[in-house]
Amino acid sequence: MQTVKMVVTGPFNAGKTAFIKTVSEIDVVSTERKITHESEKVKDTTTVAMDFGRITIDDDVVLYLFGTPGQRRFDFMWEILSEGMLGFIVMVDSCRPETFREARSILETFRAYAPTPYVVAANKQDLKDAWDLEDMRIALRLDSSVKLLPCVATDKESVKTILLELLYQVLQEMEDGAA
Amino acid sequence: MALKGNLRDFSLTQLLNLIHLAKKSGTLFLENSTIQVWLAFREGKLAYAKYGDEDNSLAAILYNARKLTANQFRTIQERGSSMNDKELGLLLVNAGYLTQQDVLSSLQEYLNSVVQRLYAWVEGVFYFDHDRLPPTDKINLRLNLENLIIEGARRVKEVEQLQDEIPSLDIALKFRDRPDTNVKNLRLSKEEWRVVSFVNPKNSLKQIAQALKMNETEIRRVAYGLVQAGVVEMVRPERTTPRPITPGIPNASPQEQASLVRRIIQRIRSL
Repeated sequence: MQTVKMVVTGPFNAGKTAFIKTVSEIDVVSTERKITHESEKVKDTTTVAMDFGRITIDDDVVLYLFGTPGQRRFDFMWEILSEGMLGFIVMVDSCRPETFREARSILETFRAYAPTPYVVAANKQDLKDAWDLEDMRIALRLDSSVKLLPCVATDKESVKTILLELLYQVLQEMEDGAA
Repeated sequence: MALKGNLRDFSLTQLLNLIHLAKKSGTLFLENSTIQVWLAFREGKLAYAKYGDEDNSLAAILYNARKLTANQFRTIQERGSSMNDKELGLLLVNAGYLTQQDVLSSLQEYLNSVVQRLYAWVEGVFYFDHDRLPPTDKINLRLNLENLIIEGARRVKEVEQLQDEIPSLDIALKFRDRPDTNVKNLRLSKEEWRVVSFVNPKNSLKQIAQALKMNETEIRRVAYGLVQAGVVEMVRPERTTPRPITPGIPNASPQEQASLVRRIIQRIRSL
């Protein structure tokens, strides 16, 4: 059995766990804990090690989705999780500009670990406070060549689109590399 | 959709940079516990500003800029209250009291002072209203934000923030591919010009700092200002050979890897 790995990363409360849960065929193995820091009490629990979802591709291949913990104090896990990944998705909460800088920093950190293909998913685009994609692109200082995609992590079609865009990117870079 | 937040999390520099690059028109409202400030923009250029209850009438601005005497100011207040700023400006120029340049430079100084005072804010909520255009009864300027951003960045003293923005000095700078930006029109400091002269994807920031005998904070501050103003962008130095893509499919030929990715694509589509 061959396994392939993709990583879903991003700041705290960006929607990484929800993203994986939406498409995983198994109950996500989530290592969530109750939040004790007052400043992080946006939600009740958070991922302290990783989320782990699975999609069976066929009899020979399984795709694993790993979600990283969003808080910096668990960043020792990031390098471990990024090893051997096919590509990664940076989730950003479109309604929380205060997390954009952190998202940019996480993106650069992952690029440094492994220059694999990636896409940026602007999550929570269904909410009224969501920033425009073009404003986010500027705020996140993303080059026009970087795919910044609208996302609703709880919507299966939206999550599929993000995964597919990342895979197209992977394929494109493989073909460019072979040329 | 919304463009709102808190300066604590999204700095004024970032905000102005966004408005500048996106060429936005509308009014940015900023408010802290005591003051509300309006900055009105047209196509990414600052047109008008109001700082709290401060008198931002043309007469007051010219008086504060010492272009009008106290007597002239008082007379205008007494007799010219029915005139709007455009009419007053025209009257003063046509009557030979002031030149058009006097009026425009005084307004420009005022807008600049409002923005620079905002840089002292450590927090405050902001909201951008696309529907509120600069007031038509006021003299609207078209002030480039690049210089304001650079000026503001000079005031960003927090070394931590600079380190956060530019964590490594191993990166290089290259000029942005924006034909509308003419570096010669920018009001750069001597230090900034020196760095600009070294901008080249082959030179890392560390090398530029060494060549110019600048410390890490100084080179970061200058680079940050230039990046935020949209003059340059950060890139990896050219001579750094990018590591090959490690696709996470060991022991597979490129054809096998591509085939595998296509299988995954098929499967995801069918979910």
